[in-house]
Amino acid sequence: MAEISIPKLAPQERAAAPGAAGAPLIRIEDVSLYYGANRALKNISLNLGERVVTAFIGPSGCGKSTLLRCLNRMNDLIDNVRIEGAIKIGGHEINAPDVDAIELRKRVGMVFQKSNPFPKSIYENVAYGLRLHGVKDRSELEVRIEESLRGAALWDEVKDRLHSSALGLSGGQQQRLCIARAIAIRPEIILMDEPASALDPLATARIEELILELKKDFTIVIVTHNMQQAARISDYTAFFYIGELVEYDTTAKIFTNPSKRQTEDYVTGRFG
Amino acid sequence: MENHFETGIEALRQKLLLMASHAETAVNQSIQALTQRDHDLALRVKADDDVIDQFEVEIDELAIQLLTKAPLATNLRLVTAAMKISQDLERIGDEAAKIAKRARDLSQEPPVKLQLELPDMASRALTMLKAALDAFVNRDSAAARAIIPQDQEVDMLNKRIHAALAKHMTENPDTISRCLHWMVAAKSLERIADHATNIAEDVVFLCEAEDIRHAGIKLKTGG
Amino acid sequence: MNTVTPPEYLPDRTHDTTRFTRHFRAEKFDFWSFFFSGLTGLATLFILAILATILLNIIVNGWSAISWHFVSTIPKKDFFDANTTGVLPMIVGTAFRVIVMTIFVIPVGVITAIYLTEYAASTSMITRIIRAAVNNLAGVPSIVFGLFGLGFFINFIGKNMDRLLHHADAVWGQPALIWASLTLAVMTLPVVIVATEESLKAIPPGLREASLALGATKLETILKIILPQALPGIMTGGILAVSRAAGEVAPILFTGVAYYMASLPGHLSDQFMDLGYHVFVLSTQSPNIEQTRPILYATVLTLLLLTFALNIVAILIRARVRKQLRALG
Repeated sequence: MAEISIPKLAPQERAAAPGAAGAPLIRIEDVSLYYGANRALKNISLNLGERVVTAFIGPSGCGKSTLLRCLNRMNDLIDNVRIEGAIKIGGHEINAPDVDAIELRKRVGMVFQKSNPFPKSIYENVAYGLRLHGVKDRSELEVRIEESLRGAALWDEVKDRLHSSALGLSGGQQQRLCIARAIAIRPEIILMDEPASALDPLATARIEELILELKKDFTIVIVTHNMQQAARISDYTAFFYIGELVEYDTTAKIFTNPSKRQTEDYVTGRFG
Repeated sequence: MENHFETGIEALRQKLLLMASHAETAVNQSIQALTQRDHDLALRVKADDDVIDQFEVEIDELAIQLLTKAPLATNLRLVTAAMKISQDLERIGDEAAKIAKRARDLSQEPPVKLQLELPDMASRALTMLKAALDAFVNRDSAAARAIIPQDQEVDMLNKRIHAALAKHMTENPDTISRCLHWMVAAKSLERIADHATNIAEDVVFLCEAEDIRHAGIKLKTGG
Repeated sequence: MNTVTPPEYLPDRTHDTTRFTRHFRAEKFDFWSFFFSGLTGLATLFILAILATILLNIIVNGWSAISWHFVSTIPKKDFFDANTTGVLPMIVGTAFRVIVMTIFVIPVGVITAIYLTEYAASTSMITRIIRAAVNNLAGVPSIVFGLFGLGFFINFIGKNMDRLLHHADAVWGQPALIWASLTLAVMTLPVVIVATEESLKAIPPGLREASLALGATKLETILKIILPQALPGIMTGGILAVSRAAGEVAPILFTGVAYYMASLPGHLSDQFMDLGYHVFVLSTQSPNIEQTRPILYATVLTLLLLTFALNIVAILIRARVRKQLRALG
């Protein structure tokens, strides 16, 4: 399948970003992934832009989460996985033998579908990543923790109970805590795997607002099965179907006038 | 299993088509009343305008309901186009009612002895309207695009008719009130042609997702 | 607008009241449900009754012989005189061997369980062999462990240690506290492994993923997130191991227990006396069974109380750990 390179920017974006927002940061080149003999991703090629939100949409089992997890090598944890093709972030191939997955995950963070705070205090949750990567000084920790909790729009709600258990927070708060935990170590890219699918509409709306704020500083790739969500918050959307990339374009185009019949059918709810 | 949203979209389409046929009939009948000096027909057209107005209200209501379900892609374009087309059809209905009003007044008075190009203008306007509505039904973007340049001809015809009427009025002052009625009727026909052009532009947007309004005349051959 | 009655298009059900006249009572008495809940209740009572009978029997018969003197005296060689005998060395011996066993079995068991759960590929041959070995180990009769302890720990390792350390007399190559404890550790290993594995498996995988996604290594994840969470489960395994080992006699028969020691065990190479073994001694060697019976029961009671005390301590510690986990990190 021919490479679909980054689509042309909308006119106002073209003017605003000389090589910054929108410039390709992640290059996925002819990637195929096998679970044993089963081919889950077929010759995927696309470039993801810097400091924009890219959404992966598609029916269940189409491979969108699998591709997302390739980007921070979380698929390494599964037995029997084989990857062909190249994935380059910032120009560096991330599956090269000399690449340390630990270092990669410092720069590519992840937020999961089901929020998974550690059974520790709010403070300790955010401090965990910081301590892993060498921040030991008490005062620096406190500054960074406050910065992250503010960045995740959670500070005001928890500033008086930083040392209480994270498990006492509501679902939406827990997910924002997980986001704070991820951004604490200042990654460049944040991967989100259906971050709001387990939340009520109000909490979902807050997460979506947060994502729109975060994209000023981070590159975000989000997997979602909620098309309206993708339409609301993403700049670019990629539609996957049974392991293949069907269409990749600006969100406006995908949701008002997609080029492929399959995309049109999926987006209007005729299947999937 | 039935797709309830698709049913709603289809209901919207059907309502729009129904409204369109009412509007087309109104224009037809109003021109007929005018040229054949049919007083009763003129009155009926005026009364029927209420039906067309009611359609616009219902279509807008249905469209807003469908928008709450967040339609995307073709469905989104259909819903927004339906709202705009229904507005144009409602104005067409109003213009037809205006023509009918003038037809009613003219039928009470003796005819003016003047050959006008009005029948030609009327038939062009009717053709444009019919073509725009057919293009909507058939989702034929090329046919819709072909309508747009025809508006120029209608505008020219209108100017010529006005000039002829003005000349006649200055030469025959006793025909002034009757000539004024004809002028207004011709103006309404010109407006109907404009609305038909708008509908054609909306159909192009619906089919191609391209907004060709206010861009001058485009004679594009294929996507 | 009347918001109470339903809109017209719903069928009018308001007049169909026959379905509600019976006030939701069941149509007939459900015999089988009643029978089975009764059966389970009876089974529980039956077990409790057996337990109560045993305990009461021991308490009633042994209480008269228990005294402070009894539990704090090192007896002379004659155990059978109720007035002069004591079980202090047996208490100390039992307690020591259980504690030393715990020191060995917990780390080995936990590390094995961590390997099986976190590191080993679940379908590889080695994993399957290890699991099979652990399961089979649980089924080995305890006397076989005793023989194993004698043959391996004492005759092989002990004797070689003596050779290497140039001991003229046998120091390690003979029955000793350490060998008995190690034998017990081998015997209770499956219990600890299984309990640890269960508590590791109970930890949701999301926690591991979250830690790894932040850039932690597997080892860091295990040490900082997994093990603290699994601690109550590991302690449960320890409690079960202690309960089992405290009462076992067969494994220590050849590996360290002595009929009589004049002093308390002070060194890992010492032999020791044991409560369970003492019960065996009292019931088989006694010249006057009537006179010895109270001592016997008292010894058993002491053993039960000792096990009980060890368990209580462990349970209390586990409860504190659980409370800490629940409150904060």
